[in-house]
Amino acid sequence: MIAHAIFFYIFSFIAVISALMVTVSKNTVHSVFFLILDFISISCLFIMIGAEFLGMIMVIVYVGAVAVLFLFVVMMLNVAKQKNTWFSTSAVSSHIPIGLLISLVIFFEIIIVIGGWKYKPNILNSISLNTSSEITNTHSLGYVLYTDYIHLFQLSGMILLVAMIGAIVLTFRQRSGLRRQSYFKQISREKNEGVELVEAENKKGVKIDV
Amino acid sequence: MEYLNIFLTETYKILFLLLPVLTSVALIVWLDRRVWAFVQKRKGPNVVGPFGLLQSLADALKYIFKEIIIPASANKVIFILAPIVTMTLALVAWAVIPFSETLVLADINVGILYLFAISSLGVYGIIMGGWASNSKYPFLGAIRSAAQMVSYEVSIGIIIINVLLCVGSLNLNDIVTAQKNIWFILPLFPMFVIFFISALAETNRPPFDLPEAEAELVAGYQTEYSGMMYAMFWLGEYANILLMCALGSILFLGGWLPPLETYPFNLISGPFWLIFKILLLFILFSLVKAIVPRYRYDQLMKLGWKIFLPFSLIWVVLTSGYLLYFNLLPK
Repeated sequence: MIAHAIFFYIFSFIAVISALMVTVSKNTVHSVFFLILDFISISCLFIMIGAEFLGMIMVIVYVGAVAVLFLFVVMMLNVAKQKNTWFSTSAVSSHIPIGLLISLVIFFEIIIVIGGWKYKPNILNSISLNTSSEITNTHSLGYVLYTDYIHLFQLSGMILLVAMIGAIVLTFRQRSGLRRQSYFKQISREKNEGVELVEAENKKGVKIDV
Repeated sequence: MEYLNIFLTETYKILFLLLPVLTSVALIVWLDRRVWAFVQKRKGPNVVGPFGLLQSLADALKYIFKEIIIPASANKVIFILAPIVTMTLALVAWAVIPFSETLVLADINVGILYLFAISSLGVYGIIMGGWASNSKYPFLGAIRSAAQMVSYEVSIGIIIINVLLCVGSLNLNDIVTAQKNIWFILPLFPMFVIFFISALAETNRPPFDLPEAEAELVAGYQTEYSGMMYAMFWLGEYANILLMCALGSILFLGGWLPPLETYPFNLISGPFWLIFKILLLFILFSLVKAIVPRYRYDQLMKLGWKIFLPFSLIWVVLTSGYLLYFNLLPK
């Protein structure tokens, strides 16, 4: 139990510190790396409470895919060159109040959620959750997700699909005058239409119309 | 005292796994070069030690004694961290590979997801190395490689779903024992082919070695690396290739199971069957390297997104439909 506690404190310490460093660090690329560290330590915490499926999915989806795209954007835009000054210049400080407002709203939302846990006695807490050793984590998630919550599950899938199609439609542009390779055309070329033997007259040559 | 005991036994087990893996990585580099030379009618490394077996050791010694050069404008911390990340991730993944029913370091419930997660983290070593070098060729190589690895991961994920539909468990040992009657390479042969090609792309092997295409990008993301740091990238890459071969043999070739449970085959124990299958897949990998010319970048992307992804998705529908219709779905 002591080892469990030690590991819990190590991971949560890393998680909190790296979450802080995401916002504090000057270099944007460093922030993304700290974000990745944060994701990984949170997935370690998930694994520690026995939610190994969630922990792994967290690593695969957030670290393996989402954070890579973050890194892409940050590296390509070269945001690192922007100086992070807090309240000194007028150009930057216009963003600060909006940021503070949003973070205040999120803060109060978290308080409301946690307060709801505390003052509602019959709500499920993590101790009373039914975790039997025979059914694995993945199975028990599947049993709930594909039976009780199938409509919500499908709905979230549809929302993601629509978002994906929307993103493609917004960024898709058909460029004209582009010569593309056509495998079909290339492969179906025959010798007798590609090459032609012509008798060339001396000092006159052959006229080729392209 | 109890904790110390657990700690010591676990360390012993980890060393028992890591040392063979590292040794076999060194040997596999030799094998790769030998196969490559064989196809091109050369001899390959044959001077150091018997059959040139100690060539990798000699190379490693050379790398150790070379100077490590860190470019002046590089981001030092990330520059040094990149090869370490590559190497660590390539080795950490071996923890869940089952060598026999009991011979596995960590027999976890979500073994296949763990492997998938670790292999999806592998891209960070490359991005970090490319970005921290602060130079054009490494950066271009890193971006290419990241895009490539992310896109081929998608098709590998869907191929894994195909296998999982037939198994009904995420545990690697369960996946192996589910192939007791028939290896998945027979019913899922098209998926094996796609897995093999995606694994080539995922590990940046030829014909998909665009991140380090020497004709265009010098050496891609590792251009600025020298000495031991370069060697670590290199070792990590080969450990990853071995890992992909191990994954392929567990998913499709029955892992540690012998081909038939009869007399001449069951004399050899499980671990040797797995090693044998890994070697078989690896020789295929190096044959491909010797035979196939490099793909163009747009062809690579087209292959990944427009051919492999739809095809493996259709195969998921087919597999699940078949299993449902004949009532074969695992309980």
